[in-house]
Amino acid sequence: MIERLDARVGAAQHLLEFERVSKYFGNVIALKDVSLSVNAGEVTCILGDNGAGKSTLIKILSGVHQHDGGVVRVDGREVSFASPREARHAGIATVYQDLAMVPLMSIWRNFFLGEEPTRGWGPFSRFDSRRARRISREQLKLMGIDVRDTEQTVGTLSGGERQAVAIARAVYFGARVLILDEPTSALGVKQAGVVLRYVVRAAERGVGVIFITHNPHHAYPVGDHFVLLNRGRVIGDHAKGEVTREQLVREMAGGAELEALTHELEGVVQT
Amino acid sequence: MTATAPAPAPAPAPAPAADERVARVGVGARLLKRPDIGAFVGAVAVFILFSITASAVNWATDLGVWASWLNTAAYDGIVAAPVALLMIGGEFDLSAGVMIGSSGILLGILTTEHGWNIWPAIAVCIAFGLAVGFVNGLTVVKTKLPSFIITLGTFFMLRGLNAGLTIKLTGGVSINNIDAAPGYSTAHTLFASIVWPAYGLSVSVLWWLGVTAVAAWVLSRTRFGNWTFGSGGDAVASRNVGVPVARTKILLFMATSTVAALWGVMTAVQLRGIQSNEGVGREFEFIIAAVVGGCLLTGGYGSVIGTAFGAAILGMAQIGIIDSNWDSNWVYFFEGVVLVSAVMLNTAIRRRAERAR
Repeated sequence: MIERLDARVGAAQHLLEFERVSKYFGNVIALKDVSLSVNAGEVTCILGDNGAGKSTLIKILSGVHQHDGGVVRVDGREVSFASPREARHAGIATVYQDLAMVPLMSIWRNFFLGEEPTRGWGPFSRFDSRRARRISREQLKLMGIDVRDTEQTVGTLSGGERQAVAIARAVYFGARVLILDEPTSALGVKQAGVVLRYVVRAAERGVGVIFITHNPHHAYPVGDHFVLLNRGRVIGDHAKGEVTREQLVREMAGGAELEALTHELEGVVQT
Repeated sequence: MTATAPAPAPAPAPAPAADERVARVGVGARLLKRPDIGAFVGAVAVFILFSITASAVNWATDLGVWASWLNTAAYDGIVAAPVALLMIGGEFDLSAGVMIGSSGILLGILTTEHGWNIWPAIAVCIAFGLAVGFVNGLTVVKTKLPSFIITLGTFFMLRGLNAGLTIKLTGGVSINNIDAAPGYSTAHTLFASIVWPAYGLSVSVLWWLGVTAVAAWVLSRTRFGNWTFGSGGDAVASRNVGVPVARTKILLFMATSTVAALWGVMTAVQLRGIQSNEGVGREFEFIIAAVVGGCLLTGGYGSVIGTAFGAAILGMAQIGIIDSNWDSNWVYFFEGVVLVSAVMLNTAIRRRAERAR
C-alpha cells in the first residue's frame, strides 16, 4: 500500500485525466463538467446510483461514445476515441458486466479469443494451443486463481472466477487502464470479496484500475480514491485517508434522503 | 475439443489445497467431455445392430459391405463437415442440399449446351458456390435475420431455378451426356473413380475423409476455428474482444455452399448427368449428421469428427436396412429415431461434462 502511494506522488502526470468533460444526448445532460484522474497502480472508484452517469463515463472511456465538451487526456495527451478499438489500442480495457466471454468455450480458448497466438506461416499458420494453455494457466495463477483445468468451460466457473479470468486477460493483453463495470454487483458476499482481491492484485501489477460500483462497502476497502457521481456531476472526490466509510455511504445516498427513506421503510415494516 | 496433442505434463505435485479439486476429473469424465463421444458410441451400436439383423450378408467382415456403406456415408459426410462448422458458428444453411443440384445443372448446361471443356465449367460451378454462400452469409449478417429463414428462401429460389432452367433448356427434368465433354475422363478419375476395385470403394470416401480432416483441423487448430466457436457461442461477446464475427460467418456460409457445389460436380460427373431435383431434402441429412455428431443447434459447440460418425450412421442405416431385407422406406423412420436419441444422448453428455463443480 505504501509503495503504491509513493508511486502516485512520484508521477509527473496522470495516466488518464478528465477535465470538465460533458456529454449530452439531445437535450439530456448525461455528464456535466466531470473532472477526475487515474494513476497507474491505483484503484479509482467511481460511485453513483442508477442514472448517475457511470455508464456514460465508461462509454466515453472505452470509445463507444465521444465527449461533447471538456478534455480527456491519456499520458498528458489529449485524445478522443472514435471506436472501442482505438481505446483498446491506447491500452484502455473494459471488462463489461457480460464479461465478453463465451460460456461453452474452454478457459484457454476464451483467454485468447480474438488475440490467438499463432505458429507456422501462410495457410499452415495455426493457433498455438500449447502456448495458449500454458500462458492462460500462468496468468491466472498470477492473479491468484489456481484453475483446476484450463480445458474447463467458462460456463462451469463461478461468477467470481469468471471475473478473474476476464481481468487476467485484460492485464495480460497490455491494459494500462482497466475499467471494471460493476464487477461485484451480481455476486454473493464471498465471491465479491474474491473479486475485490483481484482488483487490488491488478493495481499492484501497475495497472490503473477504474472500479465502477454503486456499493460503497465494496469500494471502500480497495479504493485509493473515490469519485462520487450524481445526476451527471461530480459531487465528491476524496483520497482514501480523507474519508470514512460512513461518510461515503452517506454522501452517495444523498444523506438526508437516505435517512428519510430509512424511516419510511421502518414504517412499512412496523405496520 | 478434438485435441490430441500431448497436453503439457500435469503440474507435478500441486499444492495440497488443489488436490481434491483436480482429482475429480478422471479419465472417464475427460472422455465424456468430448462432444463426439455420443456419435462414436451410436455408430458402434448401429454397426452391432446391423451385424445381427443383416443376416443376408457378412455385415461385420465383408469389406464389400463396408465399402458400400462408406460410399453412401460419403454422400452425406462431405457436405456435413462444413455444415457442422457452420452450425458451430451459430448458423444453418438449408440451401446446402439444393445447391448440389444447382451446381450439377450448371455443369451440365455449360458442358452440354455450350460445349465447354469440363474443367473451366467446374471452376465456374465452384465460383457459383462461393457466390451463393457469400450472398447467404452477407444477407444473414446484414439483416440479422435467422439464417434458417434466409437460407430457406435461397433453397426455394434455387429449387425453382433448377427445375425451371432444366425444363426450359432440355424440355425434360434432367441434363444428360455430361461425359461427352472434353476433359471428362480426368474429371471422372478425380471425382468418381473406384479406388479399390476389389470392394468397389469410391474415391468419394477419400474426399469425405479429406474434407473432414481439413474441417477438423481448421476447427481445433486455427484462429478461424476459435472464432467459429466464439461466433456461435456468443456473437456479442466475441465481437467485444475483437473477433471478426461477420467475416467468420460469411466465410462459413461460403465454405458450406462451395463444398455443396463441389459435391454437385462430383455427382454430375459420376452419374454423367443430373436430375433437376437432385439434392433436395439432403440438407436435413447434413443437419442430422452434424447434430448426431454433437453439434449444438444454438451454436458454439460441436465436433467435425463426430459429424463424420454421424454420416457413417446414416450410411450404415441406408445400406443396413436393405441388407436386412426391410423395406427401404424404413430408412427415414430409422434416421428420425437416430436423430432424437442422439440429441438426447448428447444433451445428457454435455450436462454431465458441464456439471464439473
